[in-house]
Amino acid sequence: MQYLLSVIHDQPGIADPDEQAAIDVFNDRLQAEEHWVFAGGLCAPDDATVIDNRGSEAVITDGPFVESKEYLAGFWVIEAPDLDVAFTLAAAGSKACNRKVEVRPFRDE
Amino acid sequence: MRIFDVREAITRAHHEEWARVIAALTRRFGDLDIAEEAVAEAFATAVERWPADGVPPNPGAWLNTTANRKAIDRLRRENKRDDKQQQARLAYDDSPPEPPGAIDDDRLRLIFTCCHPALAMEARLALTLRMVGGLTMPEIARAFLVAEGTMGQRITRAKAKIKAARIPYRVPSAEDLPARVSGVLAVLFLVFNEGYLATGADTDPVRHELTAEAIRLTRLIRALLPDDGEVAGLLALMLLIEARRPARVSAGGELVPLAEQNRGAWDATLIGEGHRLVRERLAAAAAGVAPGRYQILAAINAVHTSARDIRDTDWSQVVALYDQLVRVDPSPMVALNRAIAVAELDGPDVALAVVNRLENTLAGYHAFHTTRAELLRRIGQSQEARAAYDRAIDLAGNTAETAYLTRRRDQLG
Repeated sequence: MQYLLSVIHDQPGIADPDEQAAIDVFNDRLQAEEHWVFAGGLCAPDDATVIDNRGSEAVITDGPFVESKEYLAGFWVIEAPDLDVAFTLAAAGSKACNRKVEVRPFRDE
Repeated sequence: MRIFDVREAITRAHHEEWARVIAALTRRFGDLDIAEEAVAEAFATAVERWPADGVPPNPGAWLNTTANRKAIDRLRRENKRDDKQQQARLAYDDSPPEPPGAIDDDRLRLIFTCCHPALAMEARLALTLRMVGGLTMPEIARAFLVAEGTMGQRITRAKAKIKAARIPYRVPSAEDLPARVSGVLAVLFLVFNEGYLATGADTDPVRHELTAEAIRLTRLIRALLPDDGEVAGLLALMLLIEARRPARVSAGGELVPLAEQNRGAWDATLIGEGHRLVRERLAAAAAGVAPGRYQILAAINAVHTSARDIRDTDWSQVVALYDQLVRVDPSPMVALNRAIAVAELDGPDVALAVVNRLENTLAGYHAFHTTRAELLRRIGQSQEARAAYDRAIDLAGNTAETAYLTRRRDQLG
């Protein structure tokens, strides 16, 4: 079973060196314990572009699809047998990156 | 067999076997929906067949077999459950439960799943009453004063999340256990409190069916986790509060405060059982096990229920216990209740100064204004007392309490 752990950014600035070091330790743990699937940090929403090609031609808009004080700053995709294990990992991840983390299951398909 | 005896046998089987059969089927089929539907059908079959065929010698086994057959029938009927759906089965772990003294019983797994912290509190309440308590959807909807459809959606949504997010069917790890047990106890205490001080304008002020259900489920958890001090504490607390129920509402429908209750009407059997549990926990505390909040609250209620007359109450003991409680739970509500005891020990003016300092956090709670009103009355500040009663009446949701407060206000000169 896979879960998406989204890092919710609600403070100015990106991860500082201490946070980055703690994230590295947490990533090593995910790999050692075979929970690791994929992870990444994202640029600020200002650097986002929205493309809508549902009509006759692609419409390109500068900026994120939704303006909000809180935004997705990064994520982990983890493998875990159940939600309790995912919670334990999310709690460690939240501590490491010093931000809120949303746990969301992937659809079982 | 007479129809009355059969009906009684079905009621008893419902009380004793519902959770057990649901829990066993949930483990076998890995799905709360299938378990719930099959067990409900098995009970419906019992209602149909037992009056004619007689009550089976082992009703639990009969219900289990019948429910199993219903579940298998349903799966055959659907027959389209492919591998994907098989994977959606609840994550079940059959390793023995970790808490020392825990009974290996599927009902424990069921309770922890229904009270999982990933579910909203209202969903936990509803799911626990349905799956563990066996209450029907209309009964649960009535308990929380919401429409039946709303309650149905709440339960359906909770079950869907359990499946999609894979909330496990398991007793939590030793590390998580204290927090998770305290989550289960919070659910049961909420059910109890809604029964003891019902909030609806159109409901009875005391709803015995809810207090009784909360006590029944807490007894079940006590049987499953016999070594947990907080479980014993909550059971004792509920019993000692429930014991006073017969004296708590007057014939005229008014709430009767502790000081004015007819103590002869208290239930001596419940008090005896509650006191035994409190003594058991005091012995554990003496041996160095720090008591949690329910144990301390139970001890406070034991002091009250030990006094034959309000004047015999050992208030210094009550305040000492509240001091202990503040260290465990430094919330403003605890501080407010402590102040009520302080009034008896050090006088209403000392208590009022403490209460006034809580205004910032408690101004929205009727108990704050009730306490202030009573203290202001005692020091002769009628005008301020009247304003405080007004505010308390506005905020109180319980009909018997509103009636009592209105009379107290109108008695002011």
